[in-house]
Amino acid sequence: MAILIIQILNSLFYASVLFLIAAGLSLIFGVMRIVNMAHGSLYAVGAFVTAWLVGRAVAAGAPVALAALLIPVGAAVVALIGAIIEPLLLRPFYRRAEEYQLLVTFGLLLILEDGMRFFWGGLPLTADPIMDAVPSIHIGNLIYPGYYLVVIGVGVLAALALWLVIYRTRFGVLLRATSQDRRMASALGLNVGLVYVSAFAIGCFMAGLGGAIIVPSQAAVLGMGIDALVLAFVVVVIGGLGSLQGALVGALIVSFVRTAGIQFFPEIELAVLYLIAALVLLVKPTGLFGSA
Amino acid sequence: MRADVAQISYRPKLMLAVAAILVLIALALLPSYIGLYQTQLLTYGLIAAIAALGFNLLLGYTGLLSFGHSAFFGVGAYSVAFLLRYAEIHSMELYIALGVPIAAIASALFGYICVRHTRIFFGILTLALSQVLYSLVLSFFWVTGGTDGLRVARPTLLAGMITFTGAGSFQRFIEAYYYYVLAIFAVSVAIMWVIVHSPFGKTLQAIRDNETRARFLGVRIRRFRWLSFLISGTFTGLAGILWVPLNGLTTPEVMYWTFSGEIVFTALLGGFRNFTGPIVGGVVFTYLKTYAVASTEYWQLLLGIVLVLLVLLLPTGIVGALSAGMKKLQRKESFA
Amino acid sequence: MILLRTIDLRKQFGETRACDGVNFTVNKGEFLSLVGSNGAGKTSLVNLISAQLTPDSGRILLEDKDITNATVYERIQAGIARSFQIVNLFDGLSVFDNVALSIFSRDGKAVKMASLAEHDREVREESFEVLGQFGLQDKSRVLAGGLAQGERKLLDVAVAYALRPKLLFLDEPTSGVSTRDKTQIMDTVSSVVRAGTVTAVVIEHDMDVVFRYSDRIVMMHEGRFLADGTPDEIRANNEVASILLGAPLSA
Repeated sequence: MAILIIQILNSLFYASVLFLIAAGLSLIFGVMRIVNMAHGSLYAVGAFVTAWLVGRAVAAGAPVALAALLIPVGAAVVALIGAIIEPLLLRPFYRRAEEYQLLVTFGLLLILEDGMRFFWGGLPLTADPIMDAVPSIHIGNLIYPGYYLVVIGVGVLAALALWLVIYRTRFGVLLRATSQDRRMASALGLNVGLVYVSAFAIGCFMAGLGGAIIVPSQAAVLGMGIDALVLAFVVVVIGGLGSLQGALVGALIVSFVRTAGIQFFPEIELAVLYLIAALVLLVKPTGLFGSA
Repeated sequence: MRADVAQISYRPKLMLAVAAILVLIALALLPSYIGLYQTQLLTYGLIAAIAALGFNLLLGYTGLLSFGHSAFFGVGAYSVAFLLRYAEIHSMELYIALGVPIAAIASALFGYICVRHTRIFFGILTLALSQVLYSLVLSFFWVTGGTDGLRVARPTLLAGMITFTGAGSFQRFIEAYYYYVLAIFAVSVAIMWVIVHSPFGKTLQAIRDNETRARFLGVRIRRFRWLSFLISGTFTGLAGILWVPLNGLTTPEVMYWTFSGEIVFTALLGGFRNFTGPIVGGVVFTYLKTYAVASTEYWQLLLGIVLVLLVLLLPTGIVGALSAGMKKLQRKESFA
Repeated sequence: MILLRTIDLRKQFGETRACDGVNFTVNKGEFLSLVGSNGAGKTSLVNLISAQLTPDSGRILLEDKDITNATVYERIQAGIARSFQIVNLFDGLSVFDNVALSIFSRDGKAVKMASLAEHDREVREESFEVLGQFGLQDKSRVLAGGLAQGERKLLDVAVAYALRPKLLFLDEPTSGVSTRDKTQIMDTVSSVVRAGTVTAVVIEHDMDVVFRYSDRIVMMHEGRFLADGTPDEIRANNEVASILLGAPLSA
């Protein structure tokens, strides 16, 4: 019984991180109709930046509580990167064929992946002190890291916050208007450029936050971005590109299947996930909650 | 008036044939001038050109951008490795004769699933499926050699008549294999050229340009896309088959999606709206990558920067830019 | 002889009734004009018949064969072809290739990959014949994307016509086109109808064209048929004339 609860908690933990990444991807697609191939790499950058900052802070003697504040900082750095990328690299391509957007973001992926290797070398970076500082809890007679519950909490908060921003604020209205009809929005005097760069920055923040929040429990390693990207794709395929609910539901499904897969079919766990994505694409190509 | 307008003009085709033969002769003469290492590099370049040529049937002519073509290259490569390891086959001809149908079957299967969708979903689906294959190759390591991969010895060429053992065999192999690949390259280019200019090729372009209109001409869109996918994957699979005896080894990396990205890059580099673009792109990319890898540890960074610059500044690729430049020159001449 | 018939065809978009119980008949070999104000339902009717829309209820019969549930492909095989209001061409292919493609597709030759498209003599000759009928033979090598608007319209109709359908629907084939091109299009369509090879249904707003070429005029208004008759009959119908032209016609 305790083991079952732990498995469920693990799935929720993983789902929280996946949700952050996928929601960012979906938001960007929903508003701007582009798919950022470098999105996973931005998640990795978030992890590396946060781990690096935490490492420096702890080495300088800062208390762990302060170091924990570096998590949103890491995410903010990624948001800043996004705010620079969008006007520079993506804006020239909105009127052009879709292939070019994919190609440019793929180029960005290559740059970021090697960029991380350049800055931080090939060794994993950790932010263990933060996770160690959170007390463990007892489930049955098993010990479970309390930090995982923190992550789940962050995931829930992020989902709520996103929902609030998109559906309950004026900015959210601007976002939704622009995503529906870009030309109309601009004709109405909306600063579409500002909306786009904001949306992109928020999406990148989400990805960065995913990386920042996972790194205390899991070291930042090269290649994590690419794995995350493909998983995020699976999530949005299942849930539907452009849908917040879809990102949530998709993240949950993928996460639970993955946990079950690791338990029972460890060898083909990845394959099972991709197969599910392929199946969903076959049956309902726009995903569970998406629209074409 | 109508009668001679209805004649085919043979002149441009003749010029094309002459140009192609000249290029072929030049390629055949090169090894004597460029040395062994460069010959080997050029062989890799021709192989990359075949892969890009196949890929571009799907992108340039059918309008579908696949991020999973590494799967077919890998299927070709691993087929050869398996044929050697489990069936003890050493003949290059058998590798091709058996490997090409295997690549075709894989393409047919993948294509059947993927062509139900277009654009971004098509791209994601091809990526996902190739990742499935990649993870399977990793998982079943006792069959596939896992991350270590499988070694492939030098094959025999021309139905076992030519073997490469003993002293100086490496040099003889490289020289002979170059001509072998060149011959297959020439045939592949010819076949692809005919396909692209056939009614089938025109129909693909129509589907690319205006799917709705094509449908209203009675074209079965999905079937044509599937056929294009099939041919495309088979060509890329052939490239994989040719690649592995030269490389001596096949690893799962060759199925990883970044390799798919490199294939996409080659088409873009040469120009995907041209027939010769991918060929030029394949060869140039091989040289680019070799020198990038040799000169810096961060060659992926270099590749990424070049890719972004290409898309920003030279979206029609090398061949596209060249032909646009030539047209400008022609216009200047006619006004002079 | 009746070529096409719709029985009580209905299609609704939210509140709007695009087709409200339409009983449409097309006789074999006639040149029929479908007229009416914007939003009357003409394009919806054509979309329903060409399978771009599925009806809410009702049936469509082609030569007594029920094609209500037939796919686009099946309807084209059965002999229905259409052009579009917004010109729909293969911009990356030449004028010649655009027409040749229709013929390849029609003859089931589109899948051939082992021979060059140019080498098919029959298709080549027929393509030039069609291009000649539409006055485009001099532009055969020009890319469709590079044509002027009027020529694009001509090509659009030519491509649909090259399918040699039994029933050809033309959606505003002369809109945005010069008078000379208009005449070329309509003369060509009219002559093939006279020759008995094609039945044409044309959605038109240009009343001169409508009255000059049509055997029969059908008028739609708010999803229903308002009038159906020969040009003379319509002309004599003052009520129709006032809706069409804003004032009754003097005889």
